Amino acid sequence: MSLTADEVRKIAYLARLAIREADVPAYSRNLSAILEFVEQMNAVDTLGVEPMAHPLRSVQRLRPDEVNEHNQREQFLAMAPQTEAGLYLVPKVIE
Amino acid sequence: MEWEAVIGLEIHAQLATNSKIFSGAATAYGAEPNTQACAVDLGLPGVLPVLNRQAVRMAALFGLAINATVARRSVFARKNYFYPDLPKGYQISQYELPIVAGGSLTIHLEDGAEKVIGVTRAHLEEDAGKSLHEDFHGMTGVDLNRAGTPLLEIVSEPDLRSAREAVAYMRKLHTLVRYLGICDGNMQEGSFRCDANVSVRPRGQTALGTRTELKNLNSFRFVERAIDYEIRRQIEVLEDGGAVVQETRLYDPDRNETRSMRSKEEANDYRYFPDPDLLPLALDEAFIAAVRTELPELPDAKRQRFMGQYGLGGYDAEMLTASRELADYYEALAQAAPGDPKLCANWVMGELAAALNRTGQDIAACPLSPERLAALLKRIRDGAISGKIAKEVFEALWNGGGDADDIIEQRGLRQITDVAALERVITEVIAANPAQAAQYHAGKEKLFRFFVGQIMKATQGKANPQQLNELLLQKLKG
Amino acid sequence: MHNYTLAQLAAGLRAGEFSSEELTRTCLARIERFNPALNAFITVIPERALDQAKAADQRIRAGEGGPLTGVPIAHKDIFCTQGVRTSCGSRMLDNFIAPYDATVVEKCDAAGLVMVGKTNMDEFAMGSSNETSCYGPVKNPWDLTAVPGGSSGGSAAAVAARLVPAATGTDTGGSIRQPAALCGVTGLKPTYGRVSRWGMIAYASSLDQGGALARSAEDVALVLQVMAGFDPRDSTSVDQEAPDYQAALDDSIAGVRIGLPREYFGDGLAAEVVECVQEAVAEYRRLGAEVMEISMPNTRLAVPAYYVVAPAECSSNLARYDGVRYGYRCQDPQDLLDLYTRSRGEAFGAEVKRRILVGTYALSAGYYDAYYLKAQQIRRLISDDYQRAFAEVDLILGPTSPTVAFNLGEKTGDPVTMYLSDIYTIPVNLAGLPGLSIPVGFVKGRPVGMQLVGNYFSEARLLNAAHRYQQVTDWHARAPAGF
Repeated sequence: MSLTADEVRKIAYLARLAIREADVPAYSRNLSAILEFVEQMNAVDTLGVEPMAHPLRSVQRLRPDEVNEHNQREQFLAMAPQTEAGLYLVPKVIE
Repeated sequence: MEWEAVIGLEIHAQLATNSKIFSGAATAYGAEPNTQACAVDLGLPGVLPVLNRQAVRMAALFGLAINATVARRSVFARKNYFYPDLPKGYQISQYELPIVAGGSLTIHLEDGAEKVIGVTRAHLEEDAGKSLHEDFHGMTGVDLNRAGTPLLEIVSEPDLRSAREAVAYMRKLHTLVRYLGICDGNMQEGSFRCDANVSVRPRGQTALGTRTELKNLNSFRFVERAIDYEIRRQIEVLEDGGAVVQETRLYDPDRNETRSMRSKEEANDYRYFPDPDLLPLALDEAFIAAVRTELPELPDAKRQRFMGQYGLGGYDAEMLTASRELADYYEALAQAAPGDPKLCANWVMGELAAALNRTGQDIAACPLSPERLAALLKRIRDGAISGKIAKEVFEALWNGGGDADDIIEQRGLRQITDVAALERVITEVIAANPAQAAQYHAGKEKLFRFFVGQIMKATQGKANPQQLNELLLQKLKG
Repeated sequence: MHNYTLAQLAAGLRAGEFSSEELTRTCLARIERFNPALNAFITVIPERALDQAKAADQRIRAGEGGPLTGVPIAHKDIFCTQGVRTSCGSRMLDNFIAPYDATVVEKCDAAGLVMVGKTNMDEFAMGSSNETSCYGPVKNPWDLTAVPGGSSGGSAAAVAARLVPAATGTDTGGSIRQPAALCGVTGLKPTYGRVSRWGMIAYASSLDQGGALARSAEDVALVLQVMAGFDPRDSTSVDQEAPDYQAALDDSIAGVRIGLPREYFGDGLAAEVVECVQEAVAEYRRLGAEVMEISMPNTRLAVPAYYVVAPAECSSNLARYDGVRYGYRCQDPQDLLDLYTRSRGEAFGAEVKRRILVGTYALSAGYYDAYYLKAQQIRRLISDDYQRAFAEVDLILGPTSPTVAFNLGEKTGDPVTMYLSDIYTIPVNLAGLPGLSIPVGFVKGRPVGMQLVGNYFSEARLLNAAHRYQQVTDWHARAPAGF
């Protein structure tokens, strides 16, 4: 599977990753090589095989509806690049 | 050309759990920003989700209440997209295998007709935080308190054919979730949110037209207006030879119109896949059976029962069963003051409702217990006080303590039913108003009301109205 | 002291032969002396370590010490450590001071282990050579021109060079076992769900598992005992009590059935590696084990399937790194899109970006069935292969890595070549089984590792088999020159 430069740009946008124009050809090459490699999966017919999401056939455990987290706002906000009035700040979002 | 509208509603109901769907942070509304966002809600490196049992129970309860299938096995999936109020860069939701599938709600239309509206599915997911667009020197502020609050997304079949049907469905759902105790239905606070999918097609055509999605519908009125507008808009576009664009539109209540949202990039590719941090949710028969025993009497059943048991008309029964709390109040009242369920109904829907409205309180916070109100109603029924005086007693009960009898005694509010006493007052009043008496005898029958008024004034409203009317009539005649 | 095994150190501390403070100082001094050459540590915390050591000494004196109280340990920089930088080897988290402890760290602290620092690793655990770390590559103590393996390269190198007696690591496609093999130490990846992932920064959630590296199976058993256990904060944690991993260590392995998959001994496997492994097999026969050939027909599909599943899950797991709540933020973002794309573009290295892109592609509209779903089906086939094998044998044996340590820079030019280093380790993660690597020889001075794989929750059996081998051989006791 060969990826064109446009496809690389499109996926990079979906993943919100800035890629320098100069690097696009290299990414295109490497990604195409990886995708070609994984196509080896098609060597076997998997029709009717049940997909495996987790190793053991466990099921989700449920926790009681209890509040057990206390307010740690100041500690958490201190890790953020930009905050004000208890809020995380990001460049203005236009709707 | 005759057109038919096809509408489907997607309702997001915030489940009334104490803690979040995947973490132990509190869900209470109105807290200071980011004081209820724990490590899991913030999507810190290394955190993991664990599912809240109550959220599952509430979803299952809903499924049973609408006769849907509660999936014995459902799966959580990640919906991937980037937005500041979505800390992990994905929302944990359900995709291919939701917890509830199928089911229906019956709505009642104005003309009395009934219509069954199908529910496609209902699934559990986590809510996002909030972006505050008030200016922070050109920046947007993000509050993540709401991130992780459990939501039940309820998707209807496109069975609705008008804005009115849509509102009826939405109201029905709103009442139901409150009955079940799974959602407080507070639309101002965002606990019950509605998006509408609207399309039109020529009547008789089976294929669906292109649909638009309407957002920002946070009241019943807005839903109705927005859908009406959109249906008209789409018909106009098509009749002009144009085509409806599939898009998301925001409703502007000030101008009563829908507007296309700033053109987003091509439709989001959410790249759904099962969340590897969560295991499949398995519900066994014992769990479902236990939840089934917790189903309360549902609104329709209660309404029917009220009509039969209390002899109430459809309208009254509908009003009184609008919420479980109100219905419970009414029943407690009717049982404490038996024999006249209609009187009870009138008082609940009249004075009580007005008082609650005035003070902005909910029936759950009513300062007047059914027992105390019942004591008052008994005094009306046994003639101790008139209906008018009862309103005064009601005010007193509402604002303070004590019971009806105490207040009646203290204020000397007992009706005057003593014929002799009444006759004395009537005679005095007629004598004091000779001009009006003469006019009455000359044929001005309307003045009867004047005399009633005067006598009521003279007796401070305590004259028994029926007796007063009888005796006054006699006296005026003779 | 640095040559003692962990078991010996623990015994020595209990007997009062030396104090934890002395022992910790020794480790810290060795780290200071040797880390510049190895670059095995990203963060060293001498003051805090000595505080912990002194507290440990008090507990021991008061008779309140546990089996490992006072023993120094290093944590892979993927485990959140409260108040201490947790970087994942990435510029994205260079400024991240974790506000909480991972469960693994909590458990080690509670057991009295003394944390001396955080070890270097491939960025976000993506790599097989520890060359993608933003803090520079780690060198193999056996040959400073060679890679230590990855992604837990720092932990493996630190243990091999005797800077610490043990270190934690994580393993998603071989990241404990392969560096253990390349550095001549013993490394265990437990059964999926055996060790809590709470606070263990996620790469590929359905494959990641925390484990331990040390210089012997006996030492690894001691550390596993501390790490293993149910954690209600991790939905994938298994509620099954951990057995006493020491109890069966000395059991005889006569009659234990060992399977050698014929598919493992084909192309790509270096001849000298085969020799070492065959020597080890002969040793196992002498110990009484029954060795037989088995078949794992879907082996060749494992690496392709892994490079769909792992990137897909990582593309989603790493979406949270957006410069908003923590971590790296680019300078003067022009708008929201710029904030996201530039923060992530500037802070993630090339391999991480590649895997995010592959994963995003594999999950995108129209490709889900062909890639992600297909890979999950292959997982099932591989898991079935193992179950069929375990019906006939108790353990599966093979090389851990197709080659010994390669040179720094040798495979960085082509991602796919690098990916093939994990050909023997990846299937184990796909199935969620436990796997252990032990040293079985050297080729031109570079260690050779051999892998043992057992059925779910058979860690005790794996450790027993490894221990019996280590009682009659001394590969694991060798030390690299100059350290």
